[in-house]
Amino acid sequence: MATFRIKRFNPEKQPEPYFEEFELDIPDGATLLDCMNEIKWTLDGSLSYRMSCRSAICGSCAVKANGHALLACQRQGEHLLDNDDTITLEPLGNMKPIKDLAVDFTPFWDKINKVKPYLEPKDEPPAKERHQSPEEFLLIDDSSTCIMCGACYSDCNTLEVDDNFLGPAALAKAQRFVGDSRDSKTLQRVQDLSESGGIWDCTHCGECVERCPKPARPFDRIKEIMTVALEKGVHNNNGARHALSFTNSVKRSGNLNENRIPVESMGFFNIPGLLSLIPIGLRMLLKGKVPPIIHHSIEEVDDVKRIFKELDQ
Amino acid sequence: MKFALFTGCVAKGATRELMLSTTKAAEGLGFEFIEMKSASCCGAGVVSEKSPLLADALNARSFSIAEKQGLDIVTICSTCQGTLKKTEAHLNEDKEYKEKVNDILEEGGHQYNGKTRIKHFANILATEEGMARLKSRIKRPLTGLKVAAFYGCYVLRPSERSDFENPDNPTGMEDIFAALGATPVYYPSRVKCCGFPIVMMNKDASLGMSGNALQDAIEHGADVVATGCPLCHLSLDSYQPEIELLQKKNQSIPILHLPQLVALALGYTPTQLGMDSHIVSTLKINQILSGSSASAH
Repeated sequence: MATFRIKRFNPEKQPEPYFEEFELDIPDGATLLDCMNEIKWTLDGSLSYRMSCRSAICGSCAVKANGHALLACQRQGEHLLDNDDTITLEPLGNMKPIKDLAVDFTPFWDKINKVKPYLEPKDEPPAKERHQSPEEFLLIDDSSTCIMCGACYSDCNTLEVDDNFLGPAALAKAQRFVGDSRDSKTLQRVQDLSESGGIWDCTHCGECVERCPKPARPFDRIKEIMTVALEKGVHNNNGARHALSFTNSVKRSGNLNENRIPVESMGFFNIPGLLSLIPIGLRMLLKGKVPPIIHHSIEEVDDVKRIFKELDQ
Repeated sequence: MKFALFTGCVAKGATRELMLSTTKAAEGLGFEFIEMKSASCCGAGVVSEKSPLLADALNARSFSIAEKQGLDIVTICSTCQGTLKKTEAHLNEDKEYKEKVNDILEEGGHQYNGKTRIKHFANILATEEGMARLKSRIKRPLTGLKVAAFYGCYVLRPSERSDFENPDNPTGMEDIFAALGATPVYYPSRVKCCGFPIVMMNKDASLGMSGNALQDAIEHGADVVATGCPLCHLSLDSYQPEIELLQKKNQSIPILHLPQLVALALGYTPTQLGMDSHIVSTLKINQILSGSSASAH
């Protein structure tokens, strides 16, 4: 017998959510969604959650199981049991619960819309379709697989502390158009995406890649946008300056010059940014934690320089 | 046991106490760590923002250096570990790409053959052999010390490249703490991000992440947080005086590098391990440990 510990919430009856436990014999091969349906149909008809296709296509049934977002129809109930034969179910994170496991997706969709998720073509429509080579299509193939389930948005570490962040799903969708050979607005797109709340606010935690039930892997797509932004010369922001300063440091010495990178990331004319470095700088100085003032190169640094040169970097 | 030590940049710069304590921990454990002095920076997932091929070529060159010595690589930084494993996956998953990278390396006399394994220090310890070695060499068990792990994202995600079993709910670090005689503290934030990668871009969000994690560790009763990543250490220790959440409640918690914690149990003194160079005082740890040894006597 398995215990399903489900977070219940009904603001019409009581303001605070609470956990309720249901006992269920998990039928052989049942998905988590099958189990949730069984609970709803046989134990408590008031349990609320979204579902539709049961085939990991529609993206409706994402919930948090044991603290991590997943598609309920894509996982076997048995596989999710913890050591106490319990599965803890909660609504997706970073969005407001409406009732039980259903959350309000409004901010999620607002952010998808913000990245202009439609083609802005280069010219007038041709008589027939617009062609892409297989190579061109491969660049946007992965991001095209997103089913908008919100699992990545739920577990994104930046969104937990900053709801201004566009989030992994919208940025993966943005890459779908930044990388599209038929689109005419690449530069404008990467400029917009380099603003506050965009690509450079991603904290590299990899949660979105881990939770994504499809090959969309948002963090990988975010990095692709970063590369395009740097190639297109969109350098006037801390994220781009940081990437350039970092790479140049490795080019010069083979390793990172930690004294230079904060200053170069802020930008030499960014007075508030530079001032913000003073407290940490002083603390490190007083404790003797400032990296060596004379920066040393690695041994055989010439070979590293040669690789940079060979790759035109 | 002999390894090629990929130090990473931060252990030679802002957290030199990590290098110091790694040397001591290795000595105490009877590991031979040969520093890779001609290896370049792993790129920290930042060089690959500029050029993924460049980042992979530089890391493949580092692998080649260890291969020539016939050694596996040990890392002491979660970020180095994850970044190197990413390059390894790129090279091993695509033969043509590997050949392309090897063509770039050829003139420098390097070649990647995929013979070198890349292991984080924690994953060397968290094996049957590592644990046995650790337990046999402990001189001062860390009895009474409640230690909260902070893993560092890059050793856990993506899970297919992680050496930890069950990266969503790992126990490798906690198993090490228990072997050292300490009491592991389990708390949800132990597998989350410290926020360091965006401290230059969005400091409020960055310190929000580290603040939430530390608050979580404190609320779960931790005396100290131990991490396998010097970038997490910078975030959690060096920036701690700026974390508002803690300041409002007048709280603080010392942060140790994993090798410091290990070497303490191996009998080295806090000063030998550079614990006096931390921003947040580590004296509380000495008090707890001397308290428990006094009561044991």
